[in-house]
Order: sequence, then C-alpha cells, then structure tokens
Amino acid sequence: MPLRIRTSFKIRNVEFRNRVFVASGTFGYGDELSDIVNLSNIGGIFTKSITMRPRAGNIPPRIAETSHGVLNSIGLANIGLSAFINNKLPVLRKIDTKIIVNIAGNCIEEYCEILTKLEDEEGISGYEINVSCPNVKEGGVNFGMEQEMLFKLTSELRKLTEKPLIIKLTPNVTYISKFARAVEMAGADAISVANSYIGMAVDIKTRKPKVSTVTGGFSGPAIKPLALAKVYEVANAVKIPIFGIGGISCTDDAIEFLIVGASAVQIGTMNFVNPNISEEIARGIEEYAEKNNILDISELIGSIKADIRNSVLRNWI
Amino acid sequence: MKSRVHKICEVISCNEIAENTFLLKFICPDIAQIAKPGQFLNILVSNYGTGPLLRRPFSISNVDNDKIELIFSVVGSGTKILSQKRTGNEIDVIGPLGNHFSIDDSFEAAFIVAGGVGIAPFPFLTSKLKEKNKTIKTFAGFRNAKSIYIKGLVNVLLSTDDGSQGFKGKVTELFVEELKDGKKAKAKIFACGPVAMLKEVGRVAKDFGILCEVSLENYMACGLGVCQGCPVELSNGNAKYALVCKDGPVFDINNIILH
Repeated sequence: MPLRIRTSFKIRNVEFRNRVFVASGTFGYGDELSDIVNLSNIGGIFTKSITMRPRAGNIPPRIAETSHGVLNSIGLANIGLSAFINNKLPVLRKIDTKIIVNIAGNCIEEYCEILTKLEDEEGISGYEINVSCPNVKEGGVNFGMEQEMLFKLTSELRKLTEKPLIIKLTPNVTYISKFARAVEMAGADAISVANSYIGMAVDIKTRKPKVSTVTGGFSGPAIKPLALAKVYEVANAVKIPIFGIGGISCTDDAIEFLIVGASAVQIGTMNFVNPNISEEIARGIEEYAEKNNILDISELIGSIKADIRNSVLRNWI
Repeated sequence: MKSRVHKICEVISCNEIAENTFLLKFICPDIAQIAKPGQFLNILVSNYGTGPLLRRPFSISNVDNDKIELIFSVVGSGTKILSQKRTGNEIDVIGPLGNHFSIDDSFEAAFIVAGGVGIAPFPFLTSKLKEKNKTIKTFAGFRNAKSIYIKGLVNVLLSTDDGSQGFKGKVTELFVEELKDGKKAKAKIFACGPVAMLKEVGRVAKDFGILCEVSLENYMACGLGVCQGCPVELSNGNAKYALVCKDGPVFDINNIILH
C-alpha cells in the first residue's frame, strides 16, 4: 500500500488541502462552476476581484487570443461588495473548499473598508489584495508599482485582520523582489507572483487594437517562463510563502513553480480551456511525488539545484 | 438532470455542405437530451499545444436522437481544425450553454431571418416550432448560389449578394417586402447573422411592431459566465452590460444596443 503523501500546508492557522488553487478572475465568484468541477479536490478558490461598488467593466472587445495566450481588458467587472456578501457568500459557505476573497480598491481607505466589512462575515479563509489598481488619490499610479505606497497599503490592511493576508504583485516592474520585500516587511503572510503582464495586439485589417483599452493584461502559457523567473527572484528575496501564477497548463508546469520556490500555485487562463485542470494538476503532483519518493510536497519547494552565488540575482537582492 | 456537461464526444462525420460551410455530427446523448434551440456548445478543437488555446463557441444546429449537428464556416485556425475532423475523431465539448429562443409565447407565425452561416441555430428551432404547430417562413441570405445550405429549414425565400440564386440583394430587403404585403399579426422574428443585418432586422421589427429575438456571437474566453469577456450593451435596466455566454446568446432586440 502506497504511503500517504502529505499535500496540505498552512498559512497562519488556515490549513489548505493541497497546493493547487484557481486564480482570481478565472473562476468567477466561486460557485458558478461547481456543477462541472469537483472543488473538494483543490486547495481553494481566489474569487474575482471585489470592489466597493458594482463595476460594469470596460467596453468591448475585452478578449483577444494570441499565440498561446489571452489578452484581456475586463476592467474589474463585478457585482460589488454588498451583493457579494448577500448573494454569493451564503452559497460559497456550502462549498467544500477554502475561499480567499480578492479585493481591489482605488485608495488605501477603500481597501481597508472592504476588508473590514468582510471581517464580519463567516466562511472567508483569507484575503488576496489586487494591487494592480490605480491610486486615484495619489495621481493614479498603481499601488503595485510604488514600493512606499505598497508598504503602507499592506501595513494598514495587516492591522485589520488575523486571517491570511496575501498580496498579489504585478510583474510589470523592474525588480519584483523589492516589492516582495516591502510587503513582507509590512506584515503580509504570503505573496502571489504574479498578476498578468501588460500586453497588446492589433488587427492589421482595421489597424485597431484588439482590446478596447489598447493594452490589456496578458496571460496564458505564453507567459510561463516570464512568471517562473519572477517567482524565482521573489523566492530568493523573501521567507514568506509564494503562490506561483502564470501560464500553468499542466502538472509539469506546476512542479516547476514549486521547484523554483512557490509554496503553492494558482491556475488561471487554463481554467477556460479545461475547467477540471486544477483537480487534474493536484492529482498529478501527488503522482509525481509518489514516483519520486517524496512524502511531503514541501520537500519540493525551492529544491532547485542552482548555484546562485555567482548569479546576477545576487545583485538584485 | 444536469443543465450542462463536459464530455469527450465521438465525431460521426464532417462534410463540406456548401462553399466553406461544414456540417459536423457527433454523438452525445447527455447534451442531446437537454439541449434547446438557441443554445451553444464550447468546443476545444484540439488539445492545447496543437491548435488555438481557447475553446470556440458554436450554435447547436440540430439534434437527432443522441446526435448533435453543428454548421459552421471556416474563419480561422480553430474552425479550420474542426473542419478536418473525421469519423471516429474525438472532440471535447462543454454544453449546452446559454439561454434559448422562447417559443412558448402566444405568437402564431415565426419569421426566421438568417445571414450566411447565421442559419446555424435554425434547423433545430424549426423542428421545435413545427412541434408547436407554428407557421414558419424563412428568409435566408447568402453570398452566392454556391454558399447556400437550407436543409432543415422550411418555406425558404432566398437572397444572394450577387443574384446567382433568388433575390439579388440583402436578405433584410427581401424580408421587408414580405412584411409590407403579408400577414404579420401574432408574429415573432428569430434572427441570426452579421451585426449589420441584425440591426436592420431590429429596425424593421420596431417599424412593424413585431417581437424579435436575435442570437449573438462574440469573442469568449470561458463561455461559462466567469471571465466577463463577452459583454453586450443593454438598452435599459440597472446593468450596463449582459454577457452573451450566460445571459444570451439570445436576446430580445429591444433590450440590447448593437454596435
């Protein structure tokens, strides 16, 4: 009889069943796909970004497929905090998986207000903070692109909750490790690395951009090597756990992220291709562990055999 | 019974039935039992790595016992791969998805207006309308005589852009002529085709005061209502947008604004 492989892990006092999650924005609020996906086989769901008020989202077109990737310009379309609490949370509480609510705001006070309201609700295992949003009070610079602002936002949110606080960084910066360190120092429990890359596509017949906002968020298998490098950089800069995200399309991809230092992975765009992919990858990681005599998936994390003493990375951190 | 399923299905046949127009048949009892006219399927045309990344949405053209039929044109790499499927090949299907045409209201006469491959949802609708003893008149416009395919449709008036068969001109012109002369009390229009055609049908429906449902297509990432990628602008109500995949693909023309 094969030994039971330990797949679970903890952040703060929350124990997650395994290390495969579905990424924010690719699984709705969490309840929509429960008829075709067995959610009890994954670590948890990151909800789509919730904002204070409902948002209609950007004008179409919002989606363009390019080679091995998807460009999107959704514009944080969502039902808003009240409808989420009243209509979605009661359903999510009945689902047998952990729910992590992704929060987006336009100023520090707004992020704080949303998190405070969610603190009163049962059934939430943690928060992921989308910092790829413009700070409207401070000239519209994205929170995730300015270290001091990011530090302040994280510190303020930290004061409000004992639950896992996860900051989702943007990869659209020169040295993501500096931002990772800022949020670690501010008290974050984990970091999601990373959000989508800024991308663009043009229709050569009409010479118009393929999404209405001209540039959009680029995701899917095309970004996997880029995201993997970001995870490796962050893993060498901080001690807190990392959720690796970016173009994971199969078990092997997920294992690469674990090897470079992610404690868990989030599956994004591939949920659109195969809604069952996350369960399949969770099972695939166990099979890999069994074949390689790994008793606890934690043995894999950061197990990359690279000599970083002479690497350029040393200069970054 | 589940309202939608995710299945690997066996292809029975795929043939070019008119110029650049294909009819693909596959077996799926689960979908066949629950599908309604107007609903669509989201199909992974090939495993990731051997074709496009995302699924492609297709209207259900007809249901024959446990078999599903799709009619589509080759417009890109996804439809190209689908058109090359052969007997015994497998396709990965999620569906049926979206809402459906409403055929239970009290109308007596159905006007079906289709442009090109916009005929796709109508053989299925026609068979259900017949079961309900509605009278049906179909207006179908094509590029030319070679691109015509009307199997499964009834009382068809044809138009072609080049006049190689039927009325020369737009299908909407043909339709307006009919409305000017014919009976239109207790009628309802069902339309599918290019946006310009749908807008014109909507205008005509308004002029003549006839109910009108249109089936839309859109770029989609998920087809399941989670990505928010396929909005259509609403003309009234609190929300600015509805989603074509979840709230549609069928809409009352008066409720939406087409661009």
